[in-house]
Amino acid sequence: MQVDIEDLSVGIAGARLVEDIALRADSGRFVGLVGPNGSGKSTVLRCVYRALRPTAGRVLLAGDDLHGMTARESARRLAALPQESGSEFDFTVAEVVAMGRLPHQGAAGRVTAADTEACAAALARTGAAHLAGRGFLTLSGGEKQRVLIARALAQQPEVLVLDEPTNHLDIAQQLEVLSLVRSSGLTVLAALHDLNLAATHCDVLYVIAGGRIVAAGPPHDVLSAELLADVFGVRAHRVPHPVTGAPQLLFDRLTVQ
Amino acid sequence: MATTHQDTAPTTRAARRLPLPPLIAGLAAALLASLLCGVAFGASGLSWSEVLRYLHAGLTGGTLRADESAAYTIVWELRFPRALLAAVVGAGLSAVGVAVQAMVRNALADPFVLGISSGAAVGANAVLLFGALGSLGVWALSSAAFASALGAMALVYAAARTPHGLTPLRLVLTGSAMFYGFSAVTTLMVFGAERGEAARSAMMWLLGSLGGATWANLPIAAAAVLAGLGWLLWCARRLNALAMGDETAAALGVDPARLRRSLFVVTAAVTGAVVAVSGAIGFVGLMVPHVARMLVGADHRRVLAVAPLLGAVLLVWVDTLSRLLLAPVELPVGVITALLGVPCFVLLMRRRGYTFGGA
Repeated sequence: MQVDIEDLSVGIAGARLVEDIALRADSGRFVGLVGPNGSGKSTVLRCVYRALRPTAGRVLLAGDDLHGMTARESARRLAALPQESGSEFDFTVAEVVAMGRLPHQGAAGRVTAADTEACAAALARTGAAHLAGRGFLTLSGGEKQRVLIARALAQQPEVLVLDEPTNHLDIAQQLEVLSLVRSSGLTVLAALHDLNLAATHCDVLYVIAGGRIVAAGPPHDVLSAELLADVFGVRAHRVPHPVTGAPQLLFDRLTVQ
Repeated sequence: MATTHQDTAPTTRAARRLPLPPLIAGLAAALLASLLCGVAFGASGLSWSEVLRYLHAGLTGGTLRADESAAYTIVWELRFPRALLAAVVGAGLSAVGVAVQAMVRNALADPFVLGISSGAAVGANAVLLFGALGSLGVWALSSAAFASALGAMALVYAAARTPHGLTPLRLVLTGSAMFYGFSAVTTLMVFGAERGEAARSAMMWLLGSLGGATWANLPIAAAAVLAGLGWLLWCARRLNALAMGDETAAALGVDPARLRRSLFVVTAAVTGAVVAVSGAIGFVGLMVPHVARMLVGADHRRVLAVAPLLGAVLLVWVDTLSRLLLAPVELPVGVITALLGVPCFVLLMRRRGYTFGGA
């Protein structure tokens, strides 16, 4: 399912957090949002998974205005992994994954065969089936992220929104999470911190700085030494990945004096 | 990929969840038995056969000998409504405790953290100490308590509100601050009052008591608790989402601000209705939700099915003990809940490897 963001702006108490964001994620593509801390990546994503209402502009899911749908309707088409540390409460993995069925169920509705099936499939897909009986709070960071992806898949969405999904993970877990997301075949919109990971996993990158999109396109076109200097203030050298050929960045020093 | 770890999956956590239907049936049976015991045990020694005969007479409208009327009054007019009210209050405080903990996403919250109960105490003490609302007669105390609980609710709501709705931390902070404010007003009133006996009953009210139970004040409290519980059960899945965090709830199609607003109003109203008839009985609303979670896990559909029954059973026994331990002196219920509850709770927590907040 295609996602379009049109002229999106968010202002809180007079301050513009993001302005005139235009973004397009074609069906089945992995779109990365990169930029320095505080540039507005999360703000854009929060508008997409409806934790925040934009002050202006629209988000379209396959052409339908997101905010014209009920929250439940849009949650059936779009799932998200927000940047949130999780609950104080000791839910099991199975219970966490089952929450993904919420938008498909009536408030007091019974658990249907479709619910059970979707949860089992999501757990199997993410290799988390053996964790089902475990307490979510006892899992490692990588396991938690896999379970949260399973919850998102149980939602049976067509779009997946991820806010810094590789934070606090070791490198193996980072690769595991991104390849899991990639192999889902869903339209993915993800804020990513690591530019080299973004370059290898994303089809399209949007660079956001100071609340505005400053560059967009395939990683190869976008991640130039000039952009790194302008946006991140670092001097970088670009080399092709010896195996995949994706652009990889080697950082040198800050550009400022 | 990780399916090779199959056999390392610990079974202890999965095994911890007790099956729900037998547990509920068992608790319901325990509640019935507890109610009977609550009616049978008391300072004036009545035999089981007498108690059962009077209960039967009360329920079916049978006839009794004239010399039995005093004993009948004890069973039917005093002990039975009192045991029922204990069950209602225990169930209500436990259900509200579950909801408030999810609402502010804090395992240490209880029904009184929002300041509602101490607000109710202000109204109740105005009646007890200064005879306010005298024109309402027997209804004065509970009406004043409920009205001031609603007033406290409005105040806390107005103070905690932000443009983004009610946020957990602000709610807890505002509620706690209001709690101290209202408590200070109550203390002032107790000190300002002249009558010693009234000050004593005000104290009793602050610690909670079911001594005021009558057939008249039972239905309102019961209706409030049942309606509140029904609504909470209907919301149980959304409570799960809310407990995971506001962002997650939004991503799952739940409007966290709206749900929290409704939860605040419902829990405050139920707390007000319960506190109006029993005072501020502490600890039940904090402890019972956790015991329920130790038994059946964190899923609110299960917790909300179990916690009210547990709370009802607990409070019936606690009230019975409060009448018996130092009879004829009656102890405040809150004293027994804490004396009994604290060691039980600590033991349970240590034995079951209970986890919250990752600790």
